[in-house]
Amino acid sequence: MTTTNPTQSLADRAGVRSARLRPAGNTTRAARTRRKWYEIVGLTTPAVVVYTMFVLVPMGFAVYYSLYRWKGVGPPTEFVGWRNYLLAFEDPIFRDALWNNAIILVGSLVFQLPIALGIALLLNRRFRGRAFFRLLVFVPYVLAEVTVGIMWKLVLIRDGSVDAILKALGLGGLVQGWLSDLPLIIWTMLFILTWKYVGFAIILFLAGLSNIPDELTEAASIDGASWWQIQRHVTIPLLGPTIRIWMFLSMIGSLQVFDVLWVVAAPSVRSLGAANTMATYMVDNGFFARLWGYGNAVAVILFVISFVAALLFQRFVLRRDIQGALTGAK
Amino acid sequence: MAVDVVPSVTKKRRTAVWGSPLTYALALAVAAVSIAPVAYVILGGFRTTAQINADPAALPNPWVWTTYGRVLSQGNFWTELWNSTVIALSTTLGVVVLGVCAAFVLARYTFRGREVLYTYFTLGLLFPAGAAILPLYLMLRDMDLINSYYAVILPQVAFQLPLTIVVLRPFLTAVPMELEDAAMIDGSSRLGFFWRILLPLSGPALVTVGVLGFVASWNAFLLPLFVIQDVSLQTLPLGVQNFSTQYTSDTAGILAFTSLAMLPALLFFTFAERQIVGGLQGAIKG
Repeated sequence: MTTTNPTQSLADRAGVRSARLRPAGNTTRAARTRRKWYEIVGLTTPAVVVYTMFVLVPMGFAVYYSLYRWKGVGPPTEFVGWRNYLLAFEDPIFRDALWNNAIILVGSLVFQLPIALGIALLLNRRFRGRAFFRLLVFVPYVLAEVTVGIMWKLVLIRDGSVDAILKALGLGGLVQGWLSDLPLIIWTMLFILTWKYVGFAIILFLAGLSNIPDELTEAASIDGASWWQIQRHVTIPLLGPTIRIWMFLSMIGSLQVFDVLWVVAAPSVRSLGAANTMATYMVDNGFFARLWGYGNAVAVILFVISFVAALLFQRFVLRRDIQGALTGAK
Repeated sequence: MAVDVVPSVTKKRRTAVWGSPLTYALALAVAAVSIAPVAYVILGGFRTTAQINADPAALPNPWVWTTYGRVLSQGNFWTELWNSTVIALSTTLGVVVLGVCAAFVLARYTFRGREVLYTYFTLGLLFPAGAAILPLYLMLRDMDLINSYYAVILPQVAFQLPLTIVVLRPFLTAVPMELEDAAMIDGSSRLGFFWRILLPLSGPALVTVGVLGFVASWNAFLLPLFVIQDVSLQTLPLGVQNFSTQYTSDTAGILAFTSLAMLPALLFFTFAERQIVGGLQGAIKG
């Protein structure tokens, strides 16, 4: 945006006019510019300060702390360079955590996309009671992650209600150690996360669907297309941008997932290397084991992976979808 | 944009008709999967632990009303409800005030560096805020803020600012320039225009970002887990987690406590569903 913006000159002319009515001392162009800058600085400073201080500055500190071995008391003195990073990648439990993040990331996309798309198309049809069903479908999304975690933990506990229902249906053979069979746990977690977050995808998809003009689907229907053909060839392709933005948000969320795993998996399970993610590993080691330098190195790894993934996704997949909403690039 | 949402919903409702049986069957199945575990937890609170152990998947028989009363007096439910409310309301107020001031400048002023500033804020959407929790904790500790409401409120306001600005800016930009010119000609300053005309007009968008901020704060777990150790300052998510680890054998109690903790969120959601959904829609369309 340059200074030759027509709206700007309009506003300037208006300013000149009102200035003519009030012959005060602040009528010069310089005074008006100064005043404009006071307003800009005054109104944005609180937001800039809070945001910089509590979002960006800590990330800088993480890089600094990550280069030290430090118990968190007094200033860090024992400089170890890249050692914490090497240690992290050498730890099989951290590598498992990375792998689990990858499972959650890919699994969320693979399972949630068809489910959410199907439900969104269903709830986009016009029928009486639709608003009520939408409300129910969104419920898991608004519940706190902790509540959801405890709820599923109680439901999935050994000989709990899920097992009881399976047995009652004659499917007793399917009963598993949902939360104790180490290789299985991450899939249980993926199920819980899908249950929790699919509502979010549905909300976004319904928003995208409401933007598709009725004329397009009506035209297809007049041309003799079936409901399914309309969805397949008109609606879903037009939903592309929304789907890609959801993929982006889901990806960032998957990389930092913490709450549900923390609440559902017992600490003993995590220490055995199951049900960890980068975030739970970081909290276990940095905060609870007081390996602050090491924990901060994990934080930086998590940050770099997310940032690189976000930039790559944005460059190669989102491109013009968001029209600069996330980077400001026009 | 957020403003389009409400009219389009009401327009469609007018033409609603009964769907096919298959539609209802599928919708019912989906709804059942969504709320069955929630219903189980709420109903489980009306049973005794012995009943639950004997048959985990049965309905309450007979109904037990005392568990809910017991957990209300046994746990710190009321204290935690109060803390969660204070923190969520303060976060909401903070994020709306700071967010609308910044979004106003980014939407209605032309100046060198504006897009740079906007990009600076949107950077916050590109990486997970949770990644910085360890250094954030250390910083708050050095500022002597641990075990205070501020340690939760200030970072939560900061985390929520990028989304708030991304939602509000297009909304504020869309208010016609003619209104601003008219205000200027009548002798109003730009701040006067902001305060007397733009703010009253942006009510719906402010409610939307406010609701999103409130829900995010209400559900937050990681940050309070780090910065609140004092039991009297704990929020509901911490309280639920503590109750479930403290009274592990009291299954009925945990179910009742979890239900009570869900209740405010469910009530609030039923009340503000349109704003939450509208807000998320605004976020992707903006």
